Amino acid sequence: MGPTNINDPEYFHKVVDCQYACPAHTPVPEYIRFIAQKEYTKAYMINWESNVFPGILGRTCDRPCEPACRRGRVEEEPVAICRLKRVAADNKGAVKHLMPDIPKKKNGKKIALIGGGPASLTVARDLAPLGYEMDLYDEWSGGGGMMRTQIPAFRLPIEVLEEEVNYILDMGINTHFNHYVESMRDVLEKDYDAIFVGTGAPKGRNLNIPGREEGEANIHIGIKWLAGVAFEHIKSVGKKVIVLGGGNTAMDCCRTSKRIGGEQVTVVVRSPFKTMKASPWEIEDAMAEDIPILNNMPPKEFVVENGKLKGVIFSKVRAEYDENGKRSLIPTGEADEFIEADDVIIAIGQDNAFPWIERDLGLEFGKWDLPVLDQTTFQSTLPNVFFGGDSAFGPENVITAVAHGHQAAISMDLFLRGENTNNRPAPMTNLISQKMGIHEWMYDSPVVDDLRYKVPHQDKKISLKDRKVEVELGFDETLGFKEAQRCLNCDVQTVFNTSRCIECDACMDICPTSCITFTANGEEEELRQRLIAPALNTTQDLYISEKLPTSRVMVKDEDVCLHCGLCAERCPTAAWDMQQYFYNVTKASSGCLVKEE
Amino acid sequence: MSYIKPTFVHPQAPRNEVGYLKRDYEGKISTLCAGCGHDSISAAIVQACFEMNIEPHHLAKLSGIGCSSKTPTYFLSNSHGFNSVHGRMPSIATGANLANKELIYLGVSGDGDTASIGMGQFVHVIRRNVNMTYIVMNNGCYGLTKGQDSATADKGSISKPSREATPYEAIDLVGLALELNASFVARSFSGDKSQLIPLLKAAMSHKGFAFIDIISPCVTFNNNKGSTKSYDYVREHISITGAMDYVPEEKAIEVEYAEGSQKDIELFGHSVVHLEKLAPNWNPTDKQSAIDKLQATKRNGQILTGLLYVNPNPRDLHQINHTVDIPLNKLTENHLYPGDGELDKINEGMR
Repeated sequence: MGPTNINDPEYFHKVVDCQYACPAHTPVPEYIRFIAQKEYTKAYMINWESNVFPGILGRTCDRPCEPACRRGRVEEEPVAICRLKRVAADNKGAVKHLMPDIPKKKNGKKIALIGGGPASLTVARDLAPLGYEMDLYDEWSGGGGMMRTQIPAFRLPIEVLEEEVNYILDMGINTHFNHYVESMRDVLEKDYDAIFVGTGAPKGRNLNIPGREEGEANIHIGIKWLAGVAFEHIKSVGKKVIVLGGGNTAMDCCRTSKRIGGEQVTVVVRSPFKTMKASPWEIEDAMAEDIPILNNMPPKEFVVENGKLKGVIFSKVRAEYDENGKRSLIPTGEADEFIEADDVIIAIGQDNAFPWIERDLGLEFGKWDLPVLDQTTFQSTLPNVFFGGDSAFGPENVITAVAHGHQAAISMDLFLRGENTNNRPAPMTNLISQKMGIHEWMYDSPVVDDLRYKVPHQDKKISLKDRKVEVELGFDETLGFKEAQRCLNCDVQTVFNTSRCIECDACMDICPTSCITFTANGEEEELRQRLIAPALNTTQDLYISEKLPTSRVMVKDEDVCLHCGLCAERCPTAAWDMQQYFYNVTKASSGCLVKEE
Repeated sequence: MSYIKPTFVHPQAPRNEVGYLKRDYEGKISTLCAGCGHDSISAAIVQACFEMNIEPHHLAKLSGIGCSSKTPTYFLSNSHGFNSVHGRMPSIATGANLANKELIYLGVSGDGDTASIGMGQFVHVIRRNVNMTYIVMNNGCYGLTKGQDSATADKGSISKPSREATPYEAIDLVGLALELNASFVARSFSGDKSQLIPLLKAAMSHKGFAFIDIISPCVTFNNNKGSTKSYDYVREHISITGAMDYVPEEKAIEVEYAEGSQKDIELFGHSVVHLEKLAPNWNPTDKQSAIDKLQATKRNGQILTGLLYVNPNPRDLHQINHTVDIPLNKLTENHLYPGDGELDKINEGMR
């Protein structure tokens, strides 16, 4: 293998597993260190610059960073990254003065934002400091999109949502709430220079089985029902409730039901427990509220008597997988089961819907009735129309919508300045030695053994009574510090300088996880096998030095490196150095987004 | 500075046949200078003991005074240990071995501890053929007292503090050990674990006195240009007696080598030291050929490393003294006072 090119910005980025896995590439270890130092405001602003909604995401993020966390590969559980983000948001000081000034004199370009969710708001946040004038349209009475309508208040208090939404709306965005955009043609005819569509995936899937129409009065579509509860159009539910579906919406529906009158709430999923789409912690929280989850039971029929819903009949199946891993649900032959219900909530997925976009505008639609977009620029076939969030490539999550928003904002800015939208800005990177003296580092290098701390919850007796009482109480400062200390500082890179190495083996001997080997070079597949600890996780790179005087090379398997700095401490010639790698995705308005304190 | 090694190990770290991780053979984090050759030797000892499936409580590590003699803190934390008086490790080892011959004895010494203050003890422990492995971590200087030349510093070698060539002749510990009929003599280099680890394994399996002189650069005081014990100098001047592999008894393997270039030596317990690509005019079981080879290499300005000489069937201290089979520390009152009947028999024999 050739020597590793550490000047490639993506090489060290990939070593920071959490940041690499985050769609918005938030510099996670950097803000976790600030939390440990009680620099909550700084931690918050790093988040705000990157993911726009730290307080919201610190409660509701899908956490793609956590399964990626290196800690999960060396012990059982990853760092509770998401809940640490909340610690920053809960304990921060004043932040508004750190946010960008919005030019009073606009730059003359006008943008329409359709949909008021995370993608549109991110575009607004990134473009407002550049002097764009923006009109935001949303069918609901407030901003936030699905964060407002679909995430229940016991998971995301309305004050937290409004605080972060308002940071953006206060940037001089012209809001048009309670305004459902019915025609793209009309919008195009207005004097907008560019249009951003962030309308999400607003159509909840229906379930067409016998009895569906007759039972309509008591059969609800999950996301619509949650929105109804959020806006207080729906204030109660029957005593016996069945929630159909195994995703996060189903978990939100069952837990909401428990709070507005449901006494016997049951979740019924057609497939096995372990393949449920809901995040494990959402399932845990539902079960902690004594909600049974029944699996392998597809609904067969809604039973309606005298115009009144009585319940649902379910059949019984088991899952079988063929050689390609394709699943089929095979009837077990057991008798069908009838479960009584006053209300049934269908939460089996959601789809995009663009009934308001006429199909003769030159804006092409492709597979799954999704718009045809450039994967990088988010530009549609109408050059002045851009998409982002769930409306771009189908339902994902808030953090993905934010990442889309950043990229769409860059495209729109380039487009409106008459530049090529493919000229993407390079990420901002920096590599700084952490050496303070002999064996002294600027980061807290010792690795703590602590297992993941649990976030304290509100007493069930209290939280189940009121749907607005937040269930998770968040880490306090002490727990937050302890959890922050579990972070391995993966952004502090082990940087190797071949010309300094005297091949004394000290680094290889001290490495607690046997990451370093000095050996003859070879082809990757073969080389991986003959390291001191075979490098079997091929998703993680090998760091290869140039050829050493004895003709060998230094090979470091990045997989389970603890970033403890012992290799550098035991190196007599400083051939190893611990250097902090900062990687930040460039935004449309980078440079003016966060002010120094 | 880190004093504590993280407790995490590689998640797929293997366990050996007696159920231990390599970590179980390690010690505390070294307080020697970063890059010290001694740390590499410690790591080689850890690896050798792990691979040999030694149960840590079946080994005793003994040392004298000096940088080298600090190292037992940095390996085999779960084994017995004795950090003795300067140059007196051989006496302690002899006593311990007499009392309990069932343990594996690993003596760790340095060039000062052996070639100066402990020379008297060193030569006698060889004479007595105590069943132990005696390692000298040889850096040619007194690292713990700021790097003065030691008795093994080669004539003409320059160290960082002395800044001038050593005027005295060096003591070649390997030559001395051969002269005194040590039953296993080897030299190695801390920077060559592929040679050092099998040598350590063979030495620890050898039933008799096994001596390994290990050149171990002192990064702080003797790793400069002009030194004959620096990493660079040793790498440039190293000469090996042959590539070596240690094959434990239960794992004897058949490998084909070109005739005339290989040799298997059976050690106690049927373990085998397998040698290939042998240096010409050298037979590891022939002391004279080892001495000749050693001298010839020295004349060429090279450093001969590897297994130099082995006597596969030595008689150790216990055999020489006809001690009983039971380790002395396990003799009970019944063993020691066999009763009137036995006394009568002895008395009868005296009449």
